[in-house]
Amino acid sequence: MGRIRAALRPETASIRRRAVAALLLATIGSLVFASGAFADFLTPESGGSPNADQIDSLYKIVLYIAIVVFIVVEGALFYSIWRFRAKKGAVAAQIHGNTRLEISWTVGAALILVALAAVTFSKLSSIQDPPNSGKDGLQLADGVLTASTDMPKPPNGKSLTICVTGRQYIWRYTYGAECQRNAFGLVYSYEEMVVPANTTVVLDIQATDVIHSWWIPKLGGKFDAVPGYRNYTWFKAPKAGETYRGQCAELCGRNHADMTARVRVVTPQAYEAWVDQQRSDIADADREVQQLREQLTRDGDLN
Amino acid sequence: MATTDFATQPVPQVLAHEVHKERQKARWIDWVTTTDHKKIGILYIVFTFGFFLVGGIEALLIRLQLATPNNNFLTPEHYNELFTLHGTTMIFLFVVPIMAGFANYFLPLMLGARDMAFPRLNALSFWLLAFGGIVFYASLLWQPPEAGWFSYTPLSNEMFTPSGGQDAWIFLIHITGISSLVGAVNFYATIVNMRAPGMGWGRLPLFAWTILIYALLLILALPVIAGAVTMLLTDRHFGTHFFDPTEGGSPILWQHLFWFFGHPEVYIMILPGFGIISEILPVFARKPIFGYKAIAASTAVIAFLAALVWAHHMFAVPVPTVVLGFFMLSSFLIAVPTGVKIFNWIATLWRGSIVTASPLYFAVGFISIFVIGGITGIFLAVFPVDWQLTDTYFVVAHFHYVLMGGAVFTIFAGLYYWYPKMTGRLCNETLAKVSFWWMFVGFNMTFLVQHAAGLSGMPRRIYQYPGDAGWTLYNQISTVGSFVLGVGILISLVNFIRSYKNGAIAGPDPWKGNTLEWFTTSPPPVNNFDEVPRVRSVEPMKDIRRQVERQSGIEHETATTPHANA
Repeated sequence: MGRIRAALRPETASIRRRAVAALLLATIGSLVFASGAFADFLTPESGGSPNADQIDSLYKIVLYIAIVVFIVVEGALFYSIWRFRAKKGAVAAQIHGNTRLEISWTVGAALILVALAAVTFSKLSSIQDPPNSGKDGLQLADGVLTASTDMPKPPNGKSLTICVTGRQYIWRYTYGAECQRNAFGLVYSYEEMVVPANTTVVLDIQATDVIHSWWIPKLGGKFDAVPGYRNYTWFKAPKAGETYRGQCAELCGRNHADMTARVRVVTPQAYEAWVDQQRSDIADADREVQQLREQLTRDGDLN
Repeated sequence: MATTDFATQPVPQVLAHEVHKERQKARWIDWVTTTDHKKIGILYIVFTFGFFLVGGIEALLIRLQLATPNNNFLTPEHYNELFTLHGTTMIFLFVVPIMAGFANYFLPLMLGARDMAFPRLNALSFWLLAFGGIVFYASLLWQPPEAGWFSYTPLSNEMFTPSGGQDAWIFLIHITGISSLVGAVNFYATIVNMRAPGMGWGRLPLFAWTILIYALLLILALPVIAGAVTMLLTDRHFGTHFFDPTEGGSPILWQHLFWFFGHPEVYIMILPGFGIISEILPVFARKPIFGYKAIAASTAVIAFLAALVWAHHMFAVPVPTVVLGFFMLSSFLIAVPTGVKIFNWIATLWRGSIVTASPLYFAVGFISIFVIGGITGIFLAVFPVDWQLTDTYFVVAHFHYVLMGGAVFTIFAGLYYWYPKMTGRLCNETLAKVSFWWMFVGFNMTFLVQHAAGLSGMPRRIYQYPGDAGWTLYNQISTVGSFVLGVGILISLVNFIRSYKNGAIAGPDPWKGNTLEWFTTSPPPVNNFDEVPRVRSVEPMKDIRRQVERQSGIEHETATTPHANA
């Protein structure tokens, strides 16, 4: 240590003391400011689902460490520029290096990263693994068969499965676990997904043409929709009446910017009513198309 | 060396002299047919700087489109073309080749060599680059590419992007790839074989170390991208299905191949910049570089790890958690040697006697910007956090902090540092500093708020955004900042052009440099040196100056005192 101090000692102890004090003050000040009123522009979106909230809190841990590292490194840089500016008679110290210092900052940097890795892995299951639906959520049947063993499942195995299919330039949602094998006859909607509150919703994300990316910021992270692959995520929105917005996050062509998505959260009762309504609307529409087709065939416009 | 010559010369005697010969050819033929590493270096630097300006104009058009919500200044088609051109130009036609330009000019000079190992191969690599760039930009006359600089399949397949612009992009990657590969072999052979007597590996200038590693990374990464774009070409036109999921191919294969090249490419772009900074800081701090071995070793470690982090670009694609974990940890690891470099640079400034000349401004500006880019890189390496941040403006901000900071600011530092050597004249220092402040303020104004835009949910590559999304203010600040940045760059451009005719005569060694390029005249003669001195340390010019002082009895103002040798 003595050698390190000798190598990097400023000319007087008082300057060092003042610098350390200023650095500490700045660090503490910014931490207080940061934790007190964390303005939303410094953190990712959250509040719609536990996984988004967990990502947000993991992000904040990284941010606290980052702020300290930032202040220390930039502080040292600007202090040395200001303090060791060429002056008359000043002579540069001809130091070539210091092995102990090299080892200590290498180990120091590595330790910070080990800590970050530990925090990340400890938080991982709360982000990746879906919880059970709430008591007031949608009542679901037991043990629905899923198409893949990769698919995340809540501990009791009960979740609402929705297949999300991206294509240029619209999202399609097919409701019910059967969508993973055969979407025929199932209720579907475009652009706006309707989900019951406080219910664990597992998404099976696919694409039919190019790569898209599913993202509703307040409901968690992005998951790419890759043709030929299935990707999974989940969310559990607590409050009915909210609508969460998002849009495709992977360049998918000229109208990429217009490929928007909405998730409307309703009460379980309203959800069931909506499903029934949607089913009959789809049946009506199919019937009308069928009638039109027959009409056109009769008139000879379609053959 | 004739020692008596030094008696009347307080500065090192310049041993090289201009070889006079009648000019037989017209000036332009001389430039087109040259195999002189210095002329090729100038060609590289001027040509790539031209592309930097073109890429900059593309960026300003993008910023204009995003200045207001629901703007219709550009069509979505043109917007996609512009960001594809901007990214491709800055990476393949500016940052990578301008580093080759610096290396071309200065590597032989720093090593005490008379030219590169293979001068004709050197000319070939420049002209391949030139033709690649020109053919790529010729696609402007028809239909430029529009699938982004990483051209993800299936979007870049013929079914979704039928235009020849995509093929022009493939052509560019191939031709500039061969150019870089040929150049890399040349740099490697030059460094290994043509060092001055006494210049062992422990006395190799740090810039040469980074070029050595840059060459190795290019040799490692370029064959992979060459294979990948060939597969894309045959997918597009010859009926193969490497990346086509409907025929058993995989779009994710493209991503693996692309990023296996693409991440080393990031270090290919910034390692030479690290080398430039490692040369500039000790000269202006009047102090030896702190931890020479640690900096050289960390360069090699970064290169090794650079080949192990590619999938951190792919955290949102369907991959198993164990893969996510591996690439998070490997990305963390690469922060350690990068941090070591930054600490060593700051320690180099510590207790120095810092001369605040323009190259130092850009060097310190680089460190302060790059620290932010490095820290935001840690956020992105934490894969659950990356799920929120990837493909948003946070990423755009991050890689501009890394590449504008890590490459552009170091390039400007290098341009200001070596301009006197290349032209024989000094730049205007006031203009240089004014330019620095415009660039530094403009840069941070443009990109700092983009972090916030990304955090509040703005994805990248969207040509329009709604007015109620809360992104308007961020984008307005960013657009104003980009023009401030543009003004800063223009001021430097004016400075470079004006100083070429009007700058003060620089003399051989205006900065009191450490390395051998300052031993010869400015600009150096065709043969560089008549006699190459024996190298006895990593700072041969200091040794030479000290020898001059000893033999002449004249104390030089920057004489180093044997003081506090820790």
